[in-house]
Amino acid sequence: MSDQLDLGKLIFGRLTWESFPFHDPIIVATFIMVALGGIALVVAVTRAGLWGYLWREWFTSIDHKRIGVMYMILGIVMLLRGFADAIMMRIQQAIAFGDSMGYLPPDHYDQIFTAHGVIMIFFVAMPFVVGLMNYIVPLQIGARDVAFPFLNNFSFWMTASGAILVMVSLFVGEFAKSGWLAYPPLTGILQSPGVGVDYYIWALQIAGVGTLLSGVNFVVTIVKMRAPGMTLMKMPVFVWTALCTNILIVAAFPILTAVLGLLSLDRYLDMNFFTNDLGGNAMMYVNLIWIWGHPEVYILILPVFGVFSEIVATYSGKRLFGYSSMVYATVVITILSYLVWLHHFFTMGSGATVNSFFGITTMIISIPTGAKVFNWLFTMYRGRIRFDVPMLWTVGFMVTFVIGGMTGVLLAVPPADFVLHNSLFLIAHFHNVIIGGVVFGVFAAITYWYPKVTGYKIDEFWGKLTFWFWLIGFYLAFMPLYVLGLMGVTRRMSQFDDPSLQIWFQIALVGAILIGIGIICFLLQFYVSYKKRDQLRDETGDPWDGRTLEWSTTSPPPQYNFAFTPRVHDNDAWWQMKANGYQHPKSGFEPIHMPKNTAAGVVIAGISTVLGFALIWHMWLLAGVSFAGLLGAIIVHTFNYKRDYYIPVEEVEKVELQRGEVIA
Amino acid sequence: MSQSVAANTNLNFIARDHHAPNGTLFGFWLYLMSDCLIFAALFATYGVLSQSYAGGPTGAELFDLPLVALNTAFLLFSSITYGFAMLQMQQGKRQGTMIWLAITGLLGAAFLAVELYEFSHLLHVGAGPQRSAYWSAFFTLVGTHGLHVTIGLIWLVTLLVQLKKHGLIPENRRRLFCLSMFWHFLDVIWIGVFTFVYLMGSMA
Repeated sequence: MSDQLDLGKLIFGRLTWESFPFHDPIIVATFIMVALGGIALVVAVTRAGLWGYLWREWFTSIDHKRIGVMYMILGIVMLLRGFADAIMMRIQQAIAFGDSMGYLPPDHYDQIFTAHGVIMIFFVAMPFVVGLMNYIVPLQIGARDVAFPFLNNFSFWMTASGAILVMVSLFVGEFAKSGWLAYPPLTGILQSPGVGVDYYIWALQIAGVGTLLSGVNFVVTIVKMRAPGMTLMKMPVFVWTALCTNILIVAAFPILTAVLGLLSLDRYLDMNFFTNDLGGNAMMYVNLIWIWGHPEVYILILPVFGVFSEIVATYSGKRLFGYSSMVYATVVITILSYLVWLHHFFTMGSGATVNSFFGITTMIISIPTGAKVFNWLFTMYRGRIRFDVPMLWTVGFMVTFVIGGMTGVLLAVPPADFVLHNSLFLIAHFHNVIIGGVVFGVFAAITYWYPKVTGYKIDEFWGKLTFWFWLIGFYLAFMPLYVLGLMGVTRRMSQFDDPSLQIWFQIALVGAILIGIGIICFLLQFYVSYKKRDQLRDETGDPWDGRTLEWSTTSPPPQYNFAFTPRVHDNDAWWQMKANGYQHPKSGFEPIHMPKNTAAGVVIAGISTVLGFALIWHMWLLAGVSFAGLLGAIIVHTFNYKRDYYIPVEEVEKVELQRGEVIA
Repeated sequence: MSQSVAANTNLNFIARDHHAPNGTLFGFWLYLMSDCLIFAALFATYGVLSQSYAGGPTGAELFDLPLVALNTAFLLFSSITYGFAMLQMQQGKRQGTMIWLAITGLLGAAFLAVELYEFSHLLHVGAGPQRSAYWSAFFTLVGTHGLHVTIGLIWLVTLLVQLKKHGLIPENRRRLFCLSMFWHFLDVIWIGVFTFVYLMGSMA
């Protein structure tokens, strides 16, 4: 009998029927909805006979453009999940006053705010930003792909694998209840014996591998694969910001890997890094995680600065004002982002001297950032501005981000921080910069580059509707939180006593609902644009009168991006080519050397997901088998030497000549 | 300048394929730097926790320096032998490359064996990673290095098979270069471990 029990333990670990949250009607209803939606999707794809196509052309694709699109789709799907968490919190806080407990027990509420933070940063903002860089960077530098196309596919699937684990935690077991950075000793095994923190750890570790490799990939791509003539100071600003971002990724994510590794050793092997007894030091965790965490916010915002720089120049019909100052500002921000981490915990006893140092470095960051804002404004100054949707997002960003930046400088003052830390003021601040910065920027970028990806523009009406709902919704949702924060309301509370606060939470709920409508409009714009694609079609490849190389190829670009590698003479390479009466070459094509698609990325990331799940549930047998499988799959992959092929010259000629007709 | 360019639009293009020269080596070097940061975090943690014995044994009491010195010698020699393997590779001698590579692997295995012996001894006398934060930090730092050597060994064996199968083709040369960087990198890390953990720890 006891033998059987042990075998069960070996196979199923901690997983029992009680692990499934049948007792919680909200989760059960969500599960039924997700399951029905999933089945509907599977049936639809099967009936359309698309599985083979999806597998061959997308899942196993090493084309940076396809991978970029998959990242964006992952980001959109996870945005829906993250927003569902957000609206649940807003409803709870709007009703849970006095005697009312609201509809979410604290235990559930804690999981929701943790999942919201983790999902929005790691599985919404990161995929969006990495997806944009994937699609745009090789096109802007005149390359045919990234430096390591297979790794790129693998990185995507590792990110997706992390997202899958977070989603699984909703229905199997629980998620962490510790806040998005999982501070010990709360997340130690004594205080959090459940699987929630383990889901957190392994989802981030697996996704982190993907992010790190993608960082290496892009640094090499940008350093080594620029078109001839594109010196560093002739790179488009988006490429510059992508370079800095990926350097930050390479230099910051290892710290996250290390610190989460230490936390898992505490949890799995009873070590004492961050425990309360036997010499553990929890402050070590807080320091290390923020040494990763602060650069992380610049990893998200820098590419978006690049996006706005591209958009503002294009729609003002002018060269970007202050290109070199923009580059230097980006580099300075990159460096300074490593010197400010302690401002996240001024109140944790570092003392006045240390706090002053970090307060000052934090305030200094506002100088290069301010320089950027002025550069954008001066680019617009006396420009022939077209207020298309991307430009609306840009102006909305500049106003909103400046407000968020100023509240950030307030928080950088240590004495003020002692009053405001851990309050809703902080919540309002970082949503102000992340929504007003990253989200607005990503949505601007989607609208801006959509015709490049699909060959038709996004319907302007729905684009504008999306913008206005988001903008107004954002202000209504977060300005009340500034007020509440100044009144001393702390974050992460599932109910309140003081009824005079309720009105502010209700206003915030209205704002969140408007953002929800904004998200619906955002999704509808794709549908409407697809329906109207014949009217919205762009056959020139250059719908906005663009300035950089991605607009010099067709929309969507051929698999190899450029039949000939462009030669660059100017910052705005395509602008200069157009000014010089450029014509597409019609002869002299050569076969093109390209990497082959491979299933290895899907397979290895798939095994990693299983391994993560097994480790979370202490299923040691499965963990052992999947680890061996992982190692085996990697080794087998290294025995594959036939990784490339040539696109025959006839095919290149066919594609290019067709294109010539369209343009003419 | 731009006028002369305008005169001839062909100047806007070149037809050749442009692949990143040495992209893999640069990329692998970047990866090593990121790995180095993992070790940096572990060294920092070890530094912070270097006095946190929680009433338990200290490193100075338990380290067997002659043994660790022997181990250090194994690893440093393995770097030299890897260097010999690379010299053979550059002369295009597959057999010699493989022999020196195998010797490197044996030295690496000897290093691991001694390290495992040391670990088991420490566990035996009650200085396991659960004993105190100090020993947690010690086992994690030294163990992570050991894990890297293990991965290096698996890689080395894989590469031996691939050399046997395909010879010194460009792909394999590139892989030999990458593993070479990896192996020397582990040596550099070990010098840090030997100095900060063992030598300075023995004096503490």
